[in-house]
Amino acid sequence: MFYREAGDFKTSYTDDSQTFPIKFDRYRYYVVLVLAFAVVPFVINDYWVNAVFLPFLIYSIAAIGLNILVGYCGQVSLGTGGFMAVGAYAVYKLMVAFPEVSIFFHVILAGGITAGVCVLFGLPSLRIKGFYLAVATLAAQFFLVWIFNRVGWFYNYSASGQINAPERTVFGVPVTGAETAPWAAYIFCLVFVVASAIIARNLTRGMAGRKWMAIRDMDIAAEIIGVNPLKAKLSAFAVSGFFVGLSGALFFAVYLGAVEVGEAFGINKSFLVLFMVIIGGLGSIFGSFAGAAFLVLLPVLLKNTLVGGLGWPTDLAAHLEFMIVGGLIIIFLIAEPHGLAQLWRVAKEKLRLWPFPH
Amino acid sequence: MRQKLMTAAAVAMMAASPALAELTIVDTSYRTGPYAANGIPFSDGYQDYFTLLNERDGGIGGEMINLVECETGYNTEKGVECYEATKNAGDGALVYQPLSTGITYQLIPKATADGIPLHTMGYGRTSAKNGEVFKWVFNYPANYWDGASHAITHILNENGGDISGRKIALVYHNSAYGKEPIRTLENLAEKHGFELTLLPVDHPGQEQKSQWLQIRREKPDNVIMWGWGVMNQVAIQEAVNIRFPMDQFIGIWWSGSENDVKPAGDRADGYKALTFHNLGDDYPVYADIQEHVVDTGKAAGAGDQVGTVLYNRGMYAAMLAAEAVKTAQEMHGVTAISAAQMRDGMENLEMTEEKMAALGLPNFGPEFKVSCENHGGNGFGAVSQWDAEAGEFTLITDYYQSDQEIIGKLVAEDSAQFAEENGIEPGC
Repeated sequence: MFYREAGDFKTSYTDDSQTFPIKFDRYRYYVVLVLAFAVVPFVINDYWVNAVFLPFLIYSIAAIGLNILVGYCGQVSLGTGGFMAVGAYAVYKLMVAFPEVSIFFHVILAGGITAGVCVLFGLPSLRIKGFYLAVATLAAQFFLVWIFNRVGWFYNYSASGQINAPERTVFGVPVTGAETAPWAAYIFCLVFVVASAIIARNLTRGMAGRKWMAIRDMDIAAEIIGVNPLKAKLSAFAVSGFFVGLSGALFFAVYLGAVEVGEAFGINKSFLVLFMVIIGGLGSIFGSFAGAAFLVLLPVLLKNTLVGGLGWPTDLAAHLEFMIVGGLIIIFLIAEPHGLAQLWRVAKEKLRLWPFPH
Repeated sequence: MRQKLMTAAAVAMMAASPALAELTIVDTSYRTGPYAANGIPFSDGYQDYFTLLNERDGGIGGEMINLVECETGYNTEKGVECYEATKNAGDGALVYQPLSTGITYQLIPKATADGIPLHTMGYGRTSAKNGEVFKWVFNYPANYWDGASHAITHILNENGGDISGRKIALVYHNSAYGKEPIRTLENLAEKHGFELTLLPVDHPGQEQKSQWLQIRREKPDNVIMWGWGVMNQVAIQEAVNIRFPMDQFIGIWWSGSENDVKPAGDRADGYKALTFHNLGDDYPVYADIQEHVVDTGKAAGAGDQVGTVLYNRGMYAAMLAAEAVKTAQEMHGVTAISAAQMRDGMENLEMTEEKMAALGLPNFGPEFKVSCENHGGNGFGAVSQWDAEAGEFTLITDYYQSDQEIIGKLVAEDSAQFAEENGIEPGC
């Protein structure tokens, strides 16, 4: 009944190649956008923004970025935390150095700077593959955190080594700093998320994405049919770095407001984003969202249920939370190794035939 | 999937509305993770004291205390979540005691904007001592820079007032917390002519081999430590392993609890740590805690931490909060105070010997008076030493004041910078 192509006629090539070719899917997408832009901002409060929406949106961008590198191009990276730190420190230095420029451009520039750093650390990918590349990017993770801790210039020589986001506005509305209204922070991040998702989706189904996937599936064959591995791999690193940098910048400036590099962008962050990508589904934009939602929302939900709802002690709840989330990850990966995105795909197939599957 | 989770979360949130009570105190604790060994006793002490007030006195000034606990895991993201989740609990949270310098830095702007006071007792941002800039932040009775000065003064006293040419190493947690004392120590090094070596240890601090190898090679005369959680235990064990003289090893007050020294066994005997309150359980208030809290089964956690160093510190923090509530109730003539009135109470808090004796805690902490200009107390502290045989820390000095000349200057500099960055007009 749902997701039927029957009666959904395409009369032009543009129609035929649109992102959501099935009518029902397309309308669902519009409804989600309208809800996100026109309804949610009016009903959310501080708690929903800071505990649920901001982390979900920001981790979604990071997951999209990493998914391009790992899921589409097949280059394993454990440096996401370090690259997010580059985005955060870049936006901090820009915010402080050019207070008159809009924060909007600073965030984009921070993404660009991260893209550059990411390409630099992506150079070894031309020679090494798989686990060896993972170790090389792991080195990037530790090196970047070390340098942000070590070199005073990055944190403007503050006594504590922390960076703090000053207040910056967009069209006169503060989006960073303590006076930010919940809806302003939410909309600011949402704009970046939607733009990132649209760009990533179109890149991955165009020529660039096909090249990445060719490299992922078999690099030698790809090279023989004319894909330049240098360009393909480094462009994947650059695009991935750009999105990860965006998320790092938003993570620092809008979400936390003050950051300590070792704690906020440590190796744990790299693994968290990698898990989001794996659980959500490698090589799927929807999977990036699903993975981020799973790992951001589930702990909050469990905590509220166990502590708030059932009134259990907080330490017991915290330990149970680890066990439940860990257990669910294993169950999901056994039941569906291709992640939540594959579950969604299967559900869609089923829904197309429902209620007459034969 | 996403929608389902959201709905479920919404339902859980609805169900989570807390019981109504008049005075809401939030305990942002951490009973899990690498810092739990230190987080648990502090939180137990903090909660038990409020439970005692509820059970014995029927709350403060007739108002029951609604204690809300939230687990942060010493993690800033969870800390922010906890803050947002609890700030409107009951009639609104009165005061936050985050027990984490990282979370404190997050909360300073947020709490200031929301009008909720922060009490960062002996941690957090040191320059918050300047109440003209940090109106909502309090760090009495002592702060990190006082601590750095206490340690140096103690070394001075031990060495007849001359430490020029001595080598002193600082082993610190490589975070905002551990970096706090560096500037003070550098200034003191200039003043007293000692040589300072900085040895950072990364979170969570289990790996310190290279730092202690360097100590073994360079043979500093004294080691000062700014550690927390598992880092303390590892550092003391490493110091024992390289046979560093324990009486030349001084930890900040966060590096001096039973949990930190016991794993190293007898050889940790003589380890020194600073403190800004008294130790042990030889106080009348403990009889009340035993009777009203422990024996009735209302103790927080496992109830096995009563009388330990960090339990005492948590209890001391709760006592200072309760006294601030009383001060606020007297000032405003209402019993159900708001967060803004709580701030006034904290700003006019005065701790005297008579007050502490009446509470069953005679001679427990230094006397101090908070004012609008000075949110940090007078900077008195003492040195305690671990007696492995007796299994307890004992004070080996009287309370003495930190080098106010150097610290006052640094506080003024740092708070002026903060005021400028954030467009705050200092004033009372």
